[in-house]
Amino acid sequence: MENKPRKPADIGPRIPMPEQPADERVRNFSEVTLGFTLDQAVEEAERCLQCKKPLCQKGCPVEIDIKSFIAKLVDKDVSGAYEVIRKTNSLPAVCGRVCPQESQCEGMCILGKKNEPVAIGRLERYIADAFMASDACEEITGTHECALVREDLQVACIGAGPASLTVAGYLASKGIKVTLFEGLHEPGGVLIYGIPEFRLPKSIVGREVNALKDLGVEIRTNWVGGKTITIQDLQDEGYDAIFIGVGAGLPRFLNIPGDNLVGVFSANEYLTRVNLGRAYDFPNYDTPTFKANDVVVIGGGNVAMDAARTAKRMGAERVSIVYRRTQDEMPARLEELHHAIEEGIEIRALCGPLAFNPGESGRLETMTVQKMCLGEPDDSGRRSPVCIEGETEEIPCDMAVVAVGTRPNPILLEATPDLELNKWGYIAADPETGETSMENVFAGGDIVTGAATVISAMGAGRRAAQEIAKRLL
Amino acid sequence: MGFKILKKEELIPGQTSLFVIDAPQIAKKAMPGNFVIIRIDENGERIPLTIADKDREAGTITIVFLVVGKSTAQLNMLQEGDDILDVCGPLGKATHIEKQGTVICVGGGTGIAAMHHIAKGHWEAGNHVVALIGARTENLLLFRCELNGFCPEVMVATDDGSVGHKGFVTEVLKDRLERDSNVTEVVAIGPVPMMEAVAKVTEPFGVKTTVSLNSIMVDGIGMCGACRCSVGGKTKFACVDGPEFDGHKVDFSELKARLWQFKEQEDESMGKFKKECTCHGK
Repeated sequence: MENKPRKPADIGPRIPMPEQPADERVRNFSEVTLGFTLDQAVEEAERCLQCKKPLCQKGCPVEIDIKSFIAKLVDKDVSGAYEVIRKTNSLPAVCGRVCPQESQCEGMCILGKKNEPVAIGRLERYIADAFMASDACEEITGTHECALVREDLQVACIGAGPASLTVAGYLASKGIKVTLFEGLHEPGGVLIYGIPEFRLPKSIVGREVNALKDLGVEIRTNWVGGKTITIQDLQDEGYDAIFIGVGAGLPRFLNIPGDNLVGVFSANEYLTRVNLGRAYDFPNYDTPTFKANDVVVIGGGNVAMDAARTAKRMGAERVSIVYRRTQDEMPARLEELHHAIEEGIEIRALCGPLAFNPGESGRLETMTVQKMCLGEPDDSGRRSPVCIEGETEEIPCDMAVVAVGTRPNPILLEATPDLELNKWGYIAADPETGETSMENVFAGGDIVTGAATVISAMGAGRRAAQEIAKRLL
Repeated sequence: MGFKILKKEELIPGQTSLFVIDAPQIAKKAMPGNFVIIRIDENGERIPLTIADKDREAGTITIVFLVVGKSTAQLNMLQEGDDILDVCGPLGKATHIEKQGTVICVGGGTGIAAMHHIAKGHWEAGNHVVALIGARTENLLLFRCELNGFCPEVMVATDDGSVGHKGFVTEVLKDRLERDSNVTEVVAIGPVPMMEAVAKVTEPFGVKTTVSLNSIMVDGIGMCGACRCSVGGKTKFACVDGPEFDGHKVDFSELKARLWQFKEQEDESMGKFKKECTCHGK
């Protein structure tokens, strides 16, 4: 890298990342974005100013040493760059794809003040992908380097989503025996059942999970925390610490007439059928879902985008997103929103759901929405939607997908009465250490914060893992 | 690695079978009213099946299933020694069982298997258990011997009158309730129209009535809401709030509509299966 300091204004625009054309990709489930080549990645990496005090790292919930990995990439040292990332992030191929970079690392990038920020997420993805495809994998994740040194220390994680996978990666690399107990038949949590193949291929998740297995992490699927195994059982079996990362849980519905009509799905059900159950390949896979022509998706987050784009790929002619505020207030990642619009998904902003209406068949036929306008900002800082009296609209739809968030899943909580909950019904855990009201029982991710991002769950997992390691080692 | 089928019994050939499955961890926890979610193979869907019995010492659970679609038809092709890829459980809330007096357990069709486990639980709790079972004809009456083993009264109704009362279980139930005012609870498990009819019969008697809802489920652990049902005007998830609910409060017509949601897809799947399946000439 050149030594003379460069100014943001001297630096060119971002290197564009190749992606499938919109009209083509809506007919398949292959990944939308295709990733950088080495040359493209190096060129993008060269845009980095190598700031003395890098703000990007502060913006990252797991504090990846971004500056260093980018410097190594500039030198084409992909393995070296991967090693830097893996020090704090056990799922780089995932994070490079699904993190809301614009509000985290890239949002803090100095270059972004006057120019486009460095495409940190895309570089992270490139490094993870390139590294995983090369033989160098064995060198870092191979058991010869990270053999279990402390078989006597055992940690159990309940749930095998991003938070637990992070805990497992961190502790296993320290030589602690980690066992993950997963309720579903595949590990990965939301990465498997929620985020669609076209945004995060399952093979990528599989590779990350396999890297953990190489570290000696044991994964037991079909074990439901609170049912097949309880916290008490794990304590009785001698686990030195337990981490709870069971995710956000029960889907919310709208509490409007017609909520339970045939044709109204939760986003969780719709995405689980299509992703985990591979309903997109029905009847080769046995899990069915509807073939719908007119789909409405209610919500404005990433899950709503995923559901809408999935419906399009499942053959729906018309898909619209119903959202109470405007497009600007949508919490979804910008990239996903843009991709959705490119794919022809209509945004019906300023519409509040009033009712799902059945047709003669008894199935969903239309949805009534209330027209809204924006009023004063509410507690969340967003301008709150206000009804425009008397203005409603009836939208024809044969399927509706509700993506308005979740509530805590009661299964583990009911089975663990000693576990203290916060006023929202989630597990009360120390934000710095993840410690709960029970000794040596930690929690993190959506079951503590409510539905959030993959990376924030990983951040919580990392903090808990650090605390667990500190106590055990 | 899957879950081994240790024993298979074709209760009604080609239609209803019983499997004893090696699942020590589930057996350790299973209570009457619980269910499991199974997946036959990599391409399989997740299907809920009630636990009909368990043997904690042997580490086994028993399931009984009716062949209704592709997945259950495929399940019925498995033999002793074969593996089921995934068995997850025990799920759902266990039946609320306490010593209370006389409990009538009504079972219809394949539901008799699940009812048997609950009846046994009530009997173990010291209740006077009356079993009332119904089916189209005599040889479809499952678990009669087992129920006779502990129930002081086993009443039977068949559509064709081949044994017991000719007609519906509801007629026998009504008669029993009229003769005996000491019944503290009626538990009904079977086809939805049967459970609905039972709830209608018991309502005027003011007897607590528990039904077990066989909603469509995907994950079975509260994540998807596919199994939601209206109970007393409130939306409940059968997988975590149930599967047992107050029969007088369940919206049965909504339940029926939701059960038929995927009829078209199920037929498509079954059609493909029948065309491709050459494994046995039945």
